[in-house]
Amino acid sequence: MAAVMPAPAQSRLLLSGNEAVARAVWESGVRVAAAYPGTPSTEMLEALSTYPDLYAEWSVNEKVSLEVAIGAAYAGSRAFCCMKHVGLNVASDALMTLTLTGVVGGLVIAVADDVGLSSSQNEQDSRYWGRFGHLPIFEPADSQEAYDMTKAAYALSERHQVPVLLRLTTRVCHVKALAVVGERVAHAATGFKKDPARWVMTPAGASKRIPLMFERDKALRAESEASPFNFAEAGTDLRVGFVTSGPAAMHVREAFPNAPMLKLGLSCPLPLEKLRAFAAGVERLVVVEETEPLIETELKASGIACHGKDILPTMGELAPPVLLPAVAGLLGEPVPENLVPAAKVFPRPPTMCVACPHLGVYYTLAQIKNLFIAGDIGCYTLGAGHPWNALDTTISMGASMGIAMGLDKGRSDADKDKRVLAVIGDSTFMHMGMQGLLDIVYNRGNVTVLILDNRAVGMTGGQNNPGNGRDIHGGEAPRVHFAKLVESLGVKPDRIHVVDPYKLPVLFKTIRDEIKIPEVSVIITDQPCVLVDDYKKQRPYKVEDAKCTGCGNCVDVGCPAIHVMRREKAVKPSGKEVELQFVNIETAACTGCGLCVQPCAPEAIVRMAAGEQVSILKRH
Amino acid sequence: MDCTNILVVGIGGQGVMTATEILAEAAIALGHDVKKTEVAGMAQRGGVVSSHLRFGPKVLSPQITAGSADLLLAFEAAEALRWCHFLRPGGLVLMNTARLVPPVVNIGLYDYPADPAAEIRARGYEVHGFDAMDLAMALGDVRLGNTVMLGALGDHLPFPAEVLLEAIVKRFAARKPLLVELNRKAFAAGRAADAAAAHDKAGA
Repeated sequence: MAAVMPAPAQSRLLLSGNEAVARAVWESGVRVAAAYPGTPSTEMLEALSTYPDLYAEWSVNEKVSLEVAIGAAYAGSRAFCCMKHVGLNVASDALMTLTLTGVVGGLVIAVADDVGLSSSQNEQDSRYWGRFGHLPIFEPADSQEAYDMTKAAYALSERHQVPVLLRLTTRVCHVKALAVVGERVAHAATGFKKDPARWVMTPAGASKRIPLMFERDKALRAESEASPFNFAEAGTDLRVGFVTSGPAAMHVREAFPNAPMLKLGLSCPLPLEKLRAFAAGVERLVVVEETEPLIETELKASGIACHGKDILPTMGELAPPVLLPAVAGLLGEPVPENLVPAAKVFPRPPTMCVACPHLGVYYTLAQIKNLFIAGDIGCYTLGAGHPWNALDTTISMGASMGIAMGLDKGRSDADKDKRVLAVIGDSTFMHMGMQGLLDIVYNRGNVTVLILDNRAVGMTGGQNNPGNGRDIHGGEAPRVHFAKLVESLGVKPDRIHVVDPYKLPVLFKTIRDEIKIPEVSVIITDQPCVLVDDYKKQRPYKVEDAKCTGCGNCVDVGCPAIHVMRREKAVKPSGKEVELQFVNIETAACTGCGLCVQPCAPEAIVRMAAGEQVSILKRH
Repeated sequence: MDCTNILVVGIGGQGVMTATEILAEAAIALGHDVKKTEVAGMAQRGGVVSSHLRFGPKVLSPQITAGSADLLLAFEAAEALRWCHFLRPGGLVLMNTARLVPPVVNIGLYDYPADPAAEIRARGYEVHGFDAMDLAMALGDVRLGNTVMLGALGDHLPFPAEVLLEAIVKRFAARKPLLVELNRKAFAAGRAADAAAAHDKAGA
């Protein structure tokens, strides 16, 4: 990513919401920033890692990142941490008591909701944490607001010694828009002051802090009433007044340019008096919020009548094509229709990369029958798709361990011969998988664990982690030794294997042998992600047309460089009709990993000669 | 609001997002307000990428609504068909005719459309088709494809093509000065291919 750092103050820059937050964090004098990567939040810390005078780290998970930020804020430094929505579930244990201690240095927690599910396992609404944890929430709508609100959040945090949530959505994080930026103002750390009654949360200590939290709620509501981020725009068409927050406000303004609108930037606690006054000036109120009816519910509880989720969906983005028909329906107007329907075109789901080391693992797992395979979160979740169909569960970071354990212990009589596997990536294992493996070992589960160590957080762009021995800046860092780690957790040395996933026969035999042994085994694959520098490309392979028998074995590897050029029906000697698939390799894409060569019986796939011209497979 | 809406589509790895960013820089150079947004899921993995660019005096929503795009710049033939309903009635598609066939088609789960351009025309849109991949390869590097695509767009913008070319040159001058000349040629090739496609259509 291009560093935005050199831009002088008062520049108007084209920044993503994430880059705008990072710029404002840096300008706010933040000294410590920590995160675990997660779409759509990742670029905030990536950008921050390019700024000077600030400590940035990739933490092993979101809970740790928040705790690092809390410690820094206790020490009187301004601190920042960011995560995707599900990351705050992981960090919430710390969050829900942090709200009692509060902070000294300003602390802003950016949480990025994946409204529209671009790359997540669920679509939860993080604004609930503001209600649950009695914390203020800012909801920017674009890059300029993301910048402005981040700065305001630090001031608010220090005024009330409260951590502040900055709730982003994919449509803020990843939209690039113009933002005017300023200069950094340094904030020296004020120092950690020992104060057990405040920082040591025992029952006695916490019971004294809880009333203070409720007092703070009142002060924060007064802030909300007075906040310039909560403002009304007058309109000429008074039939509907809109109450809205976040990027939905931009959609409302686009779709209903003449309607009055109350835009909530500091949306928790709600400025109820401001809302009541706004409601009095319009014929009816419609709340447009992504995704759940939080504002709507609180308005109704306060006796302010409104529409909301009675006419709008509780999932996905509330863009003009959603808003216009809903409001037309409410007003009894004809509902506009799409002029031209979308064409039906094949889906184009994300695929594994050419030569991805996971291909060998899933090809092998697809060959072995009688398995239950608990999956996890990362690129390798794609193993649930075609052609491997190799994962049976995916739920949350690190869950493959516990779920495999439960599949083992909770199995039905009919499943007594099933073998249970767990598949987890290196970074996910360190994030939340180690504890689950310890549980399997300690409680004597019968699970074969595959740790796919590709030395990167692949899904989010190949960030460094403790498994590859590089820090956030690419500098040398201590490196985890996975085999020693799992041995320390209690896995027997004989049951630990490190295997090259490009060597299919070895991988097959190792998995086949270990699933038969009724105790925990760990198989670690050790080839790097093809998108990181550790990966070394080799001379590509090509198909010799005359030798290809159309068996299709190589297609089962699932490499996107292998293309079926021609299909033919054939009848086997047994009388069974089969479809032959004659293939070619896109040699310009092939990096010579050699996976497809191994199942090719007629030896039709051969290494290209040095200097031989590669080609792109063209079709018209 | 008088915004220009350009939808740029293709698949992960083709340079769709970079091309849109260069377009955004050209619009900013002219003093426009600009918003650019992607629906890019897991774009790095060969999935669909659609990049929305809106510019004008003031841009509110970053998203282009179906039926309102002024131009569709499609880096791949089937993607042109997938997204053409985003165009305003009679709108123009600038289409790379090269096909990128995904694994789901390879393994026989789905068919690739027989003639995407014809299907788009049947929906009432104008199509200028050309093989951006061939043009890029002829210049020696398939990665020039996105500059070819931008060249094809050059004569359909509400500002001179030279402004866009300048944005491309500026970007490469800063990062890869050796590639400036090649990109100028790629831009010219795309512009000529578009003109030829328009001419063919007029002739037909």
